[in-house]
Amino acid sequence: MPTPRPAPPASAIAALLVIAGPALADVPADPLGSVMWEVLAPAVFGDAPVVFDERVTVLAPADVENALAMPLAVDATALPDVREMVLVADLNPFPVVLRFEPLAARAFIATRIKVEQATAVRGAARTADGVWHVNGRLVDAAGGGCAAPPRAYAAGDWTRHLGEVQARAWPAADGSARLKLRVRHPMDTGLSAGIPAYFIDRLTVAGEDGRPLARIHPLEPVSEDPVFTLVALPAPGTRALALTGRDNNGIEFAATIPMTEAAP
Amino acid sequence: MTRLLVLLAVLLAAGAGRPASALTYGLTPVRIAEDTWVFVGGTDHFTRANGGNILNPGFIVTGDGVVVIQTGPSRRFGEEMRAAIRKVTAEPIRIVYVGNLHPDYFLGAQAFPDVPVAALPGTIDGIRNEGAAIAGNMYRLVGDWMRGTEPVTPSHAVRGSTVVIGTHRLRLIERHGHTAADLAILDETTGVLFAGGLVFSDRTPTTPHADIPAWLASLDALAGLEFTTLVPNHGRIRSGADAHAAIAETRDWLTWLDGTLRAAAAEGRDMAEMLDHPIPERFHRMNVLRAEYQRSVAHLWPAIERETLPRIR
Repeated sequence: MPTPRPAPPASAIAALLVIAGPALADVPADPLGSVMWEVLAPAVFGDAPVVFDERVTVLAPADVENALAMPLAVDATALPDVREMVLVADLNPFPVVLRFEPLAARAFIATRIKVEQATAVRGAARTADGVWHVNGRLVDAAGGGCAAPPRAYAAGDWTRHLGEVQARAWPAADGSARLKLRVRHPMDTGLSAGIPAYFIDRLTVAGEDGRPLARIHPLEPVSEDPVFTLVALPAPGTRALALTGRDNNGIEFAATIPMTEAAP
Repeated sequence: MTRLLVLLAVLLAAGAGRPASALTYGLTPVRIAEDTWVFVGGTDHFTRANGGNILNPGFIVTGDGVVVIQTGPSRRFGEEMRAAIRKVTAEPIRIVYVGNLHPDYFLGAQAFPDVPVAALPGTIDGIRNEGAAIAGNMYRLVGDWMRGTEPVTPSHAVRGSTVVIGTHRLRLIERHGHTAADLAILDETTGVLFAGGLVFSDRTPTTPHADIPAWLASLDALAGLEFTTLVPNHGRIRSGADAHAAIAETRDWLTWLDGTLRAAAAEGRDMAEMLDHPIPERFHRMNVLRAEYQRSVAHLWPAIERETLPRIR
């Protein structure tokens, strides 16, 4: 099944040249040959310089087994001073998956996303000099993940579980703390008839002093009951991390994640 | 109207230009025991090159009709299978058994409309609910081989029992774990065990409907049976001591897979980080190893995480 994707036909490129116009000169050619790159790059990165960079690692399966929840991780820890990261799935109806600000955290973010069709998926990291470093890979998929209604709506009692949090921190000897969190939320794209877009659009992890360590800005493609993994760099002696979040209906939630080994 | 006719003519011309003979499975049954034949399939994925021919369907000529076990991945396969059986024996087909709801087990059933197609109740429910989606995905994976194939829900429910057909005494073994309902068939007359989806041979096990603890219990049950030849769902047919080894190999993989994922979840690994996790050397002889491992991560990981990540709010 995983076969090399042929380059897009010249006619498709030509069409995009016309649409994208002069901005093209600033965007490096896409090594993945995705037909959307020339349009997406200016939309996502604006006028900022963009380079393809192998130091950004993108983890995703070659074949998407579950179009509702494809694992995706981006590791830019090989780059210095990463200020912001963005995850993109070119051919999704909403290409931007999430934005991540590793304020006092490693340049690493992992989650699961909906996939509408076979696509390029990318991770981009903006360093202190304003340059976006991009890498990615192609994933094959049966698709349909963005247009399907959330499974929670079939269960009927989803509102009773909305905002429930499962989380655990794994403190390391070097003072960092790996953090995994799961929030119950439909994360609806708004593409199913009669179901409006409804998703968590802001999550903040902070230390006990209230200083934010990382911010996640999820968008429509993030999977239902989203799971995020990151590595926070809290102040020494931190005993708990504070998670706060909000969805696009203004519903807020908060949870405290102990830094000691949690009881399973 | 004229435009429609032109379009039709163009389509017909295109159809006529297609080499009709290109798509044939070329099925030849292999005799594995007295009265018993198997159509030995490959160990790859479903591809446009193999048309989905990766299963080991078989048949038993009982003296009072033919027992068919599994129907293959497409209508075309079922029809070719039936034609190949006719070359071996003039006996009519008495019954078709379908081992589980996976596509290569039941999508050839259209070739047997005049014969009872039997399956466990859980398999019948699964095909009724998921059959259309399963067939649709096969069209995506293998393309034109599927032409004309539609899901057929088995007509007869069977449970664990012993049936005598002609000179053969067949034990229908009702288990689950690979799927919600897994039928294995032991021919007590010849000592051939058709293990259905429960046992893999030289191919990485698949887990889209798996319940690992139940699957392991089913393997224990099969290991306690007396048989001399084992027909795995995919891969090399095993005889003698090697027959029981296939069960142990499947068990080894499932135990490693489940244990590895649980240990990694407990250490805070992310699902994406598990995709390239090293796989021990002893499994490297299994075909499609990394791809099936990655599929299994997709199938098994979310539930493990849901069960083990502490609830804090």
